[in-house]
Amino acid sequence: MFLSVKGLAKSFGENEVLKDINVDMEKGSVLSVIGPSGSGKTTFLRCLNALEQPNKGLFAFHDGLTLDFANSISKKELLELRKKSGMVFQSYNLFPHKTALENVTEGPTIVQKRDKAVVLDLAKELLIKVGLADRMNLYPHQLSGGQQQRVGIARALAMEPELMLFDEPTSALDPELIGEVLRVIKDLAKENWTMVIVTHEIQFASEVSDYVLFMDGGYIVEQGSPEEVLKHPKEMRTKQFLDRILNPA
Amino acid sequence: MSGLVKMYHLNSMIYATISYQNMGAWELFLNSLLPMLLGAIQYTIPLTIISFILGLIVALLTAMMRISKSKLIRIPAVVYVSAIRGTPLLVQLFIIFFGLPSIGITIDPFPSAIIAFTLNVGAYASEIVRAAILSIAKGQWEAAYTIGMTKTLALRRIILPQATRVSIPPLSNSFISLVKDTSLASLILVAELFRQAQEIAARTFDFLLLYTEAGLIYWAICFILSIFQNSLEKRYDRFIAK
Repeated sequence: MFLSVKGLAKSFGENEVLKDINVDMEKGSVLSVIGPSGSGKTTFLRCLNALEQPNKGLFAFHDGLTLDFANSISKKELLELRKKSGMVFQSYNLFPHKTALENVTEGPTIVQKRDKAVVLDLAKELLIKVGLADRMNLYPHQLSGGQQQRVGIARALAMEPELMLFDEPTSALDPELIGEVLRVIKDLAKENWTMVIVTHEIQFASEVSDYVLFMDGGYIVEQGSPEEVLKHPKEMRTKQFLDRILNPA
Repeated sequence: MSGLVKMYHLNSMIYATISYQNMGAWELFLNSLLPMLLGAIQYTIPLTIISFILGLIVALLTAMMRISKSKLIRIPAVVYVSAIRGTPLLVQLFIIFFGLPSIGITIDPFPSAIIAFTLNVGAYASEIVRAAILSIAKGQWEAAYTIGMTKTLALRRIILPQATRVSIPPLSNSFISLVKDTSLASLILVAELFRQAQEIAARTFDFLLLYTEAGLIYWAICFILSIFQNSLEKRYDRFIAK
């Protein structure tokens, strides 16, 4: 078991966005989270690295790191948790004042204080891996959305996290640029990265995931293998959602 | 009061070398140009630059205090900004130069002016800096957090460089205002540009010519500054999300 999440709950004021989330993740597995807007799937993802601090819930990692959000969490524990994961945002959130290469080297050199030369090699390697060998010295505004998102992936990978979090990584992209980003994520799955992916790409989710969660109204409505949840859903709500996404007209 | 002595010394030097009596308009214009430019170079420009740099430091600290979650830290900053913005600069200047000596604190004209202008710029610019920091998208903070940065590190490495670009136009405005505001220092005996104009005007009664001349020099300085602002904006253009 890589991570066990128990009784995760999160409210924004009166609005209960997550009610009682229980998930177990295996090391090297890919978990996809699907569901309608407002179902809480992005909040769930953001709780995993405490960008949103849960009101309740227990995170237990394979290496013994345990956080119980019913108690107050220290800054140190928060940083420990953040260190575990890398995050890829829907809107990329690249640093606009830094080149693609500098975006990738920033964390390892400034935060992790690793050797600059080593980090530079690593960053170049990662950018080549995501297909940006000839774009390294460009600024984000000189890159297409798909290219920016691939820099975002390289930036997260450079921290050498144990877990990669993807928050609707292709939702802001032009349809023709989606493929290049999904291909990179598929490659990571082949390399056995442990990943959580919030996505609307059902076809992609069924190809890449080991496990799928369908969320609605702050609950996990259904979970299981992609075959079970996406091909043969049991719950009415899941069927409706998939039907609407797969047959929009 | 060594500054005062030095200033009178300088003025008498100028008056000793130039007699303004019985000059034609053009001749008076040219002859008064030297002391005015000297006033600008010796006082107006250093006063502006020093106060602005110190003011920016005060502004940054004040902005940080105002963004703080702690009320105890926020309140002094709010009071400071309110007091400075709520009182005339001239009054602030007079309190420091003419007021403080009565409680035993005597400060020379030039440092008095530096203190007053620094506090003034600090208050106004803190609002600019605060707004610039708040204008940076939340996603930038989040991206910084996800690569393990603390709040301080995120601010320094990610947010402030971008906020700098956002604040260049409004800060340039403050800077240009400050150039002109330094003329108020003439009232506490700083021998700056406008003071020179006043001194010569008092001797020749050619107010229109001399004050217009002073105005033209201020305009020229501000014009050069606005060119500088444009190139600064272009240089920092990459610092902004598009």
